[in-house]
Amino acid sequence: MSMLKDAIISELGSDAKFLDNYQHPLSVVFCSVPKARFLDAAKAMKKSYAFLAAEWAAEETPWFGIFACYRWMNEYLIVKTLTTMDDPTFPSITKKYLPAYRFERQIHSLMGLTPLGHPDLRPWIKFEDWPENAYPLRKKFDASKPMPYVKGDYEWVKAEGEGVYEIPVGPVHAGIIEPGHFRFQAVGEMVINLEERLGYVHKGIEKLFESLSWQSGVRLAARVSGDTTVAHSIAYSTALESMTGCVVPERAYWLRALFLERERIANHLGDLGAICNDAAFAFMLYQLSYLKEIMLRTNHRLFGHRFIMDRVMPGGVTVDIDEEGKREMLAELERISKDFERLVVIYDESSSLEDRVRETGRLAAEQARQICAVGIVARASGLNVDCRLFNPFPPYDKFKLNVPVLISGDVHARAWVRVEEIRESIRIIRFILESMPEGSISGAVDKPPSNTAGFAAIEGWRGEIIYWLQAGPNGEINRCMVRDPSAVNWLGLEQAIPDNIVPDFPLCNKSFNQSYSGHDL
Amino acid sequence: MIRILRQIIRTGIVTEPLEVMRAEEDIVRISSELEDAVKKRFRGSLAIRQVDAGSCNGCELEIHALNNPVYNCERFGIHFTASPRFADMLLVTGPVSRNMEIALKRTYDATPLPKLVVAVGDCACNGGIFGKSYASLGGVDNVVPVDAYISGCPPAPSVLLHGILKALKI
Repeated sequence: MSMLKDAIISELGSDAKFLDNYQHPLSVVFCSVPKARFLDAAKAMKKSYAFLAAEWAAEETPWFGIFACYRWMNEYLIVKTLTTMDDPTFPSITKKYLPAYRFERQIHSLMGLTPLGHPDLRPWIKFEDWPENAYPLRKKFDASKPMPYVKGDYEWVKAEGEGVYEIPVGPVHAGIIEPGHFRFQAVGEMVINLEERLGYVHKGIEKLFESLSWQSGVRLAARVSGDTTVAHSIAYSTALESMTGCVVPERAYWLRALFLERERIANHLGDLGAICNDAAFAFMLYQLSYLKEIMLRTNHRLFGHRFIMDRVMPGGVTVDIDEEGKREMLAELERISKDFERLVVIYDESSSLEDRVRETGRLAAEQARQICAVGIVARASGLNVDCRLFNPFPPYDKFKLNVPVLISGDVHARAWVRVEEIRESIRIIRFILESMPEGSISGAVDKPPSNTAGFAAIEGWRGEIIYWLQAGPNGEINRCMVRDPSAVNWLGLEQAIPDNIVPDFPLCNKSFNQSYSGHDL
Repeated sequence: MIRILRQIIRTGIVTEPLEVMRAEEDIVRISSELEDAVKKRFRGSLAIRQVDAGSCNGCELEIHALNNPVYNCERFGIHFTASPRFADMLLVTGPVSRNMEIALKRTYDATPLPKLVVAVGDCACNGGIFGKSYASLGGVDNVVPVDAYISGCPPAPSVLLHGILKALKI
């Protein structure tokens, strides 16, 4: 029973070919459609209220495959279409799905496939000073050679009129953050448009995956976005495990969840502090960053790394926790939770802070739905999405989970979702420590069979992370598609900023806190 | 307000002397040395500009941690500035991505002489896992001259402080 599958069948009939035993896990429906009907498939999905989770391309010499992944509740469906190398085009689905706007610009820039009917084909991630015909994701492209510089221009969105002025910001920002460029058009203090320009930290990650072995890929996944290292490692490992049919010991799943929830709490604590700091309430930053430091040190003592990097491997995990470690963690949580609750009261009672965070940077529910937002951003704008709940990977299928959803979509909502999630994660960790089964912590992983694909959707602290792995004809990594939540949520920031004053931009940006590295890859 | 004051008193001073952070003998005196070096060479104030030239954000988190109350780098006179124009030192992270090459060079040029450049993290030291490719130029010293290196993935805050001191002693 799959709603999305039925919708595709009723719209496309026999044009949609469902492939068995290609896409793993088998719960993910995979179908291929003729190129002319790619857009019809998108229409059918839109009619079923599905979200677009990702869109990407892969070279399967002598073909190009174009893939669109849709999500509705707990279902994932991937639609694939093929095009020949002589005709590198495909029908754009941007007019149906807003997030495809960036996905398709990216496909156009890095794979050299033209989305027909796309309104804006300026390069994305690729810069205007790259040679026109440099398409890194194509197989023939030699990734070891440096990219030469050519002359080129990027056409910015312009605004004209009396009193309109422009503020360019970045790529090197004032704080200790990643690089990206923002361009505001403003009238007085009021922003009328924000345009993002990302791609500065493009490191060729997706291309690099293709030169790695299946086992060593996880180290790269751990460095896609340093703050989300656990979730990315789990996502890569889960996608790989789905293809090989390897059995991950039960205890390893629970340990992964433990790491994941600790990562969530640590990042949320840091974010809450930073949000308050950007509203000039430095007290909260120092208090919360102290709590975060306590967590990172416990991580280091118990698991050997402050961010628990490289502790999740395909097949399981590399560190265990003993009874003494459990006691230490429980004592630590007790302390953090007490201090945290006191700080929440202070946050809640501070009217001058409230004045800054309420009604600021609103992303309306309708906008969030249109950009197919995920994670904290979506949950602050009324969308009830969380893969831990709707697509539970073990052990989240074993216990109940409360997912906070707020509807106001402002800075406060995004902060408050974090507050609630910290509380919930503390509860989950306590439950995990109590109920974790005994046993080994890693299993053997074979190489995946050739010509198969793996998929994983994991809820990191920012939101749903998707990995799609494809084994080539010789069993090597033919393509590793990474979709960090930032790839869609950055669009939300652009939508939330207009009608805010320029000085509130840092505050809004902090409340989204999207990854540059995870987006640029 | 009373809650804020109470919480401040309850927390107390949590800043640690550096000896506690890393018990290795060679840096037992680091705390006073760092302070002395900053005092002598920078009149009590070392201004640092951090540049992410392509990192994964891991190193940024640890550099951030230098400002938390436990490490409290301001006690040594070290602070982070918003502009390279006031900076004495550039802390550069990440393999230099091809798309950040120009921005890094411009930031370097905008920093007044004399300036110190410190490469932070394995990627900044030698390219790390990203190495050299069409999109990554490898270590920072492939693009601008580097005075000191701090390795680690990412280096812990105490290692960062130690590395900054080493750079000051050059």
